Amino acid sequence: MDHVTPVPAGTPDKGVPAVPAHTAELNGLLKQAARGDEAAFARLYDATSSRVYGLAVRVVRDPAQAEEVAQEAFLEIWRTATRFDPAKGSATAWMLTIVHRKSVDRVRSAEAATRRDVSYHEQNRTIDHDATADAAHASLEAHRVRNALGSLTPVQREAIELAYFGGYTHTEVAKLLDLPVGTAKTRIRDGLIRLRDTMGLGA
Amino acid sequence: MHGLSGAYAVDALDDLERARFERHLTECPECRAEVESLTEAASLLSDTTSFEPPASLRESVLASIETVRPLPPVVADLTARADRRRRRFQGLVAAAAAVTVLGAGAAVWQPWQESQPSVVGAVSATDEVLNAPDAERFEMKVGKQTVSVVRSAELNKAVLEAPELPPAPNGHAYAVWLQHDDAMVLAGVVNADDDTSAILLSGDARTADGAGITVEAAGERVSTPSPTLVGSVGFEQA
Repeated sequence: MDHVTPVPAGTPDKGVPAVPAHTAELNGLLKQAARGDEAAFARLYDATSSRVYGLAVRVVRDPAQAEEVAQEAFLEIWRTATRFDPAKGSATAWMLTIVHRKSVDRVRSAEAATRRDVSYHEQNRTIDHDATADAAHASLEAHRVRNALGSLTPVQREAIELAYFGGYTHTEVAKLLDLPVGTAKTRIRDGLIRLRDTMGLGA
Repeated sequence: MHGLSGAYAVDALDDLERARFERHLTECPECRAEVESLTEAASLLSDTTSFEPPASLRESVLASIETVRPLPPVVADLTARADRRRRRFQGLVAAAAAVTVLGAGAAVWQPWQESQPSVVGAVSATDEVLNAPDAERFEMKVGKQTVSVVRSAELNKAVLEAPELPPAPNGHAYAVWLQHDDAMVLAGVVNADDDTSAILLSGDARTADGAGITVEAAGERVSTPSPTLVGSVGFEQA
């Protein structure tokens, strides 16, 4: 869980616009892709593949399996692009929801669980280089997110990380954190609400 | 129920909880709004794990989309579309029932006496339904396989027994629906890796008029059945 350790005493959040400038652009690309525009989808891929693959690797851990998951997710995004509704959220969130669900499904299958343990160390070493290719935007955004995570209580943060990156159910999270059954889901919810509000996403 | 919105947004619910919560979402605008905003917040976490994929991924993704047609949009008149779906579904349920009457076999009603729990160590709630004195078994064909829904009105529960159910096509999952008058209510989701020997369905089995199985995109949150109905059965008694 090292990647999400909050950056200590960073720049305080100055209420930078919560919606990144390129959100509208990505929404537009997704909409074009829904009409079968493969070039638009290629641009969408280029703009999001690091986040998609990075998330899959973080959850699934095995690079080969993460690649499969990312491939399946992109195909699903292409196929179901017409289901995206900008009124309900950003294109990025919609896409990452698909990626995350597929990643979690993958790690919850017993076979995959065995395989990811084998490659855990190898993968961790690779990831620790933090070789993000997403330029300034991503790192700035990452910085803000880390700061926002720093404003959560340690239990809220751990619960969210175990659920989101670990792929554990809230019941498993409760067990892992020695919380009474049923309280992990509350910690996760409280933490996400705080994250949402700190990042200025509105209710 | 409301408290599950956060866990739902980070996929930290098990399949049964998820199906139940999704049913709740169809009736609770507050939870829907909260889930939307928390999903947005959760997606920010991926900003901290950004990692460039191998170039081969780009090639294979772009090659594979060429062979896949994007789904048609959901038409503006949602109500009309939903009604059409329901009618089609009901029509199929009615057809299945008609087959029963003719004795040709797709749907059978039988008091369930020789109960044989098919899975060792299955959840007791499942066994409870299978062993209930009033359990009724309804069968439908999915492809070449027979799939059963066992219902106990007394317990108000139903179990899907589908040990032979072939896995859903790649990237898809089965959704199991209970029909209540005009409404289809999600009762369970069967993912490719799930053990299908006996799956406890959620919802009010007692008052359901029938059950159906559709194919849905895996990972998609469904509240209405897709048109891809692979099996259905009416709960009319013989």
